[in-house]
Amino acid sequence: MTRDEITQAVLATLAEIAPEVDPSEVVPDVDLRDQLDIDSMDFLNFVIALHERLGVDIPERDYPQLGTLDAIVDYVARSSPQPDQRPR
Amino acid sequence: MGEFLMPALGADMSAGTLIEWQKQPGDSVERGDIIAVVHTDKADVEVETFTTGVLEELLVEPGTKVPVGTPLALIREDDAAAPAAPARPVPAPAPAAPGRLLISPSARHLAQELGIDPATVRGTGPGGRIQRKDIEAAARPPTPVPAPARAAPVPPAALPAEERGAAMRRAIAAAMARSKREIPHFYLGSTVDMSNAVRWLAEENLRRDVPDRLLHGVLFIKAVALALRQVPELNATWRDEQVVPGDGVHVGVAVSLRGGGLVAPAIHNTDALTLDELMRALRDLTGRARAGSLRSSELSDPTITVTSIGERGVESMYGVIFPPQVAIVGFGKVVERPWISEGQILPCPVVAATVSADHRVTDGHRAGLFLAAVDRLLQEPEEL
Repeated sequence: MTRDEITQAVLATLAEIAPEVDPSEVVPDVDLRDQLDIDSMDFLNFVIALHERLGVDIPERDYPQLGTLDAIVDYVARSSPQPDQRPR
Repeated sequence: MGEFLMPALGADMSAGTLIEWQKQPGDSVERGDIIAVVHTDKADVEVETFTTGVLEELLVEPGTKVPVGTPLALIREDDAAAPAAPARPVPAPAPAAPGRLLISPSARHLAQELGIDPATVRGTGPGGRIQRKDIEAAARPPTPVPAPARAAPVPPAALPAEERGAAMRRAIAAAMARSKREIPHFYLGSTVDMSNAVRWLAEENLRRDVPDRLLHGVLFIKAVALALRQVPELNATWRDEQVVPGDGVHVGVAVSLRGGGLVAPAIHNTDALTLDELMRALRDLTGRARAGSLRSSELSDPTITVTSIGERGVESMYGVIFPPQVAIVGFGKVVERPWISEGQILPCPVVAATVSADHRVTDGHRAGLFLAAVDRLLQEPEEL
C-alpha cells in the first residue's frame, strides 16, 4: 500500500470508531487521544478495527508509538503484511 | 391487568418522551422484552417490561412527553407464565466490528437474523439511529408494498447537539446537587500496588488475539464486584429513609460521552462474570451508551458506580454519589512510584483507589475494609 492509501485506511478506521470525526480536520502530528478525545476503549476498538482492515497486529507494548496520525501511518507502513496475509 | 409505566431512569429524571413502540397490541411479551424506546435528557433508552403476558392497549402516542410513573400501556398478565424470579437480561455480546453504528440492540439482532448488513441501512430514528422498522424495511423486496398493518412509530426530530448537551448538563446538575444536598459523603483513599496486575495483564494480552485483549479497567470493576461480597452494605440504595440491599451486584460504570456529560449504566451480575465476559459486556455497554442505545434496567439497576479518569493523567479522584446509590469507587492513573518492599526502595506501578460513601449507611471502618478487599483482590489478578 502507498502511504496515501494507508492514511486513508487509518482515517476511515478512526471514523468508524468516532463517527463525529471529520477526517479532513485531523491534524497529522497532534496526539490523537487529545485531538479526538478518545479513551482506552476507543483506542482498543481502533486497534481491533485496524487489525481487521489491514491485518496489522499491534502488540500492546507498541501502543505508545501510535500517538499521532503520522506515527500510526509510519507504523502500519513498517508492519503491513502482504495482501495474501491479511485476515479474510 | 398490569400497567407498563414511564420508568424512572435515574435520580434526575422526572419525565420522558415516548419515541417508539416496539410491540403492538396483541403481541406476547415476556419479562425483559423491550416494549418501547423513551427519550430522556441523557439518552434514548430501550424500556423493558417486568410483566409476562399479552400487550393489551397502548395508552400514549409516540412523541408524547409524560411524567415518570405515567401508564404507557396495559399488559394482560399471563399468570401461568409469570416466573417467580426470572433471570435478568444478559448483556448482548459485543459486535464483531467495534464501530459506533447508531443501532438499537433489537435492530442489530434482527439484522443478524435476516442477514442484513446494518451499515447499508439508513436509520430513521433520532440522530439517524437504526431501528427495527428500518431493518424490516430493508428486508422487504424492492417493490411497492401495502402499508404495514402496524402503526409506524413517529420519532421526534432529533434535538440539535447544543440542546442535547444543555439538557444533559441540567440532568447531571440536578442529580449531583441533590446528592451533595442530601447525602453526607465521606471519602477514603488507598494506594494499591499494581505490580502483579500490570504484569499479569501484559502477559495475558500478549498471548491473546487482538479482539480478545483486556483493559485494566476490567480488573478494577471485577475487584470491586467481588469486594462487595465481603462488604455488602456498600452494595445498596437509600430509599425512603432506609437502606435497601442490592438484589445482586450490578456495578454501574461511568462512561463519558462525546460532547460532554456522562452516564453510568449497570453491568448486571458483575461479580458472576468472567473477565472475558466482563470485557465483552463493557465494550458493548460503552458502545451503546455513546450511541444512545441503553436499556432501562441498565440505568435503574446500578447498586454502586465505578469511575476512572486516570487516562487523562488524573492520579486520584473522589466522586459524587449517584442517588439513590450509597457509594462510588474511583481509580486514578496507574503510575510508577518508589515503593518500599522488604527494606528496599523499588519502582512500582501503583493506583489510587478511593471510595466516596454515604455516612447514613456505612462508616469509615467498613469502607476501609472494602478498600482493603479491593487491594487484596488486585494482588491476585489471575483469580478475578
